[in-house]
Amino acid sequence: MITYISIIITAIFVNNIVFAQFLGICPFLGVSKKLSSAAGMGAAVTFVMALATCVTWLLQKYVLDVFGLGYMQTILFILVIAALVQMLEIILKKIAPALYSALGVFLPLITTNCAVLGVAILVTQKGLSLGESLVYAVATALGFTLALVLFAGIRERLALTEVPSPMRGIPIALICAGLLAMAFMGFAGISVG
Amino acid sequence: MNKLRIIYNGLVTENPTFVLLLGMCPTLGTTGSAITGLSMGLATSGVLVCSNAAISAIKNMVPDKVRIPAYIVVIATFVTLLQMFMQAYLPSLNESLGIFIPLIVVNCILLGRTEAYASRHSVIDSVFDGIGIGCGFTVALTLLGSIRELLGTGTVFGARIFPETYGSLVFVLAPGAFIALGFLIAIINHVRNRNKS
Amino acid sequence: MKKLPSTLTYMTVSLGVITIVAGALLAWVHEITAAPIAEAAQRKQVEAIRAVLPEFDNDPTSQKVTWTPMAGSEPFMIFPAYKGNTFAGAAVEGYSLNGFSGEVRIMYGFNAAGDITGYEVLSHAETPGLGAKMNEWFRTDMGRRSVIGKNPARTSMYVTKDPGGEIDAITAATISSRAFLSTLRECYDAFVYYKTEKTVSNE
Repeated sequence: MITYISIIITAIFVNNIVFAQFLGICPFLGVSKKLSSAAGMGAAVTFVMALATCVTWLLQKYVLDVFGLGYMQTILFILVIAALVQMLEIILKKIAPALYSALGVFLPLITTNCAVLGVAILVTQKGLSLGESLVYAVATALGFTLALVLFAGIRERLALTEVPSPMRGIPIALICAGLLAMAFMGFAGISVG
Repeated sequence: MNKLRIIYNGLVTENPTFVLLLGMCPTLGTTGSAITGLSMGLATSGVLVCSNAAISAIKNMVPDKVRIPAYIVVIATFVTLLQMFMQAYLPSLNESLGIFIPLIVVNCILLGRTEAYASRHSVIDSVFDGIGIGCGFTVALTLLGSIRELLGTGTVFGARIFPETYGSLVFVLAPGAFIALGFLIAIINHVRNRNKS
Repeated sequence: MKKLPSTLTYMTVSLGVITIVAGALLAWVHEITAAPIAEAAQRKQVEAIRAVLPEFDNDPTSQKVTWTPMAGSEPFMIFPAYKGNTFAGAAVEGYSLNGFSGEVRIMYGFNAAGDITGYEVLSHAETPGLGAKMNEWFRTDMGRRSVIGKNPARTSMYVTKDPGGEIDAITAATISSRAFLSTLRECYDAFVYYKTEKTVSNE
């Protein structure tokens, strides 16, 4: 049990996927202008990451390792992720059309979200069990959502302030992200159990 | 289109990092030092040129509806080839670039470029576009890596410029990446605005 | 040549052909690079062993022995060194999961008496400028930093902050320093295990 708690705390705060590992930056900068779309994106990524990690973990163990096809990992994993995102698009269109249109072009972009592929590869590198991998994936996605939501809150405020012209848009956003990253560094060194 | 014009386009007008703002993950993650930035830029450029060429060559054989998965398989193949090559002949570089090598496959620049350019242009033009964009990316990464290494540890490519104690370690760490890139883009925006008026 | 229409047959065949060609190409290159990849990994280990040990003339890698720090965990590897028929020492590759940012993997060299003759940090994810300094810090002859030449049986390999500790920790990187020393202590245990139980006596 304590291992799971340790994994969760580490993935969300200590090794936050955005602020410490630099994965998932494109959607982080692209979808964080409004709080509602940020939260929606976070939920979508959590779903894809959890499912993708399970499927890729099983594929790695029962197909790639068994047949010695380790080098097919990149191709296989990314195809699985692409298929899952496609599925998610179809499902969302049916049951939550408002969210579907809010996310717009960023939904298919979950496929190229380095965080999803990154986590799938990381769990095989760390040698986690299926349960641990699932917990790690969900926790990482929660960390991603946390980063996204925090950032969206800040950017909504930023939109109302006067920013010098060269800084407008991405530059000032990046600097704020840097300050957030500095804040998250305060969690470093925390370990549970 | 004049071939040199294509390269200038990738390097300046449509610079993937500073203008198109694509491929941010490796831009922030591998620019802790000038040499890793340069290596990552070159690795990505290699994959980009090969993928552009391959996809341009097969563009008429791929039905529209499956083009995204098809392009992904092609790009992933070249990334895996790069991985194997680096594991065999450049193991220390492989270790310092770490997970960002397999992540080249989801670098928005690659899928974006193959979709926007290679699937509509000839093989030769696509190769030049790959070289141009690749150069733009490599220059951006090397520049950012040099700045971060210089401000953080006082060296550039390992050559000491000022003593380490004057360096601000934060630039080599995560927050510094965001901040350095933010200021760099701001400076470039400023220059571009001035050139326009 | 016009683009192929998006019928199910064309789609499946097209994607299928691309994947098969890709798979075949990768399998072929994999065959070619498998040997150099294994060699590169081996070379790193052999170089580390050579760097931490005094003179030897056997092949430590072929005589390696494993030792498990804790039931069910990944074993440490002991590479014994012999000069002629005499036991000259051993290089031990160990790890700790308690580094600041996860696993640190270090190879220590001990001579026959158990004195530390050298160490190489093989892999770590510690912070540059802080924990990452462990590769130089613990061999610098300043204050009580250096572990080179000291023997874990006589010197307490704990940071000075801990009770009885005799080694100076890296400034502002106590956690990394503790991980370094705990790996050292366990590697020494592995060394003692080898020396007492497994030394090949060639009398």
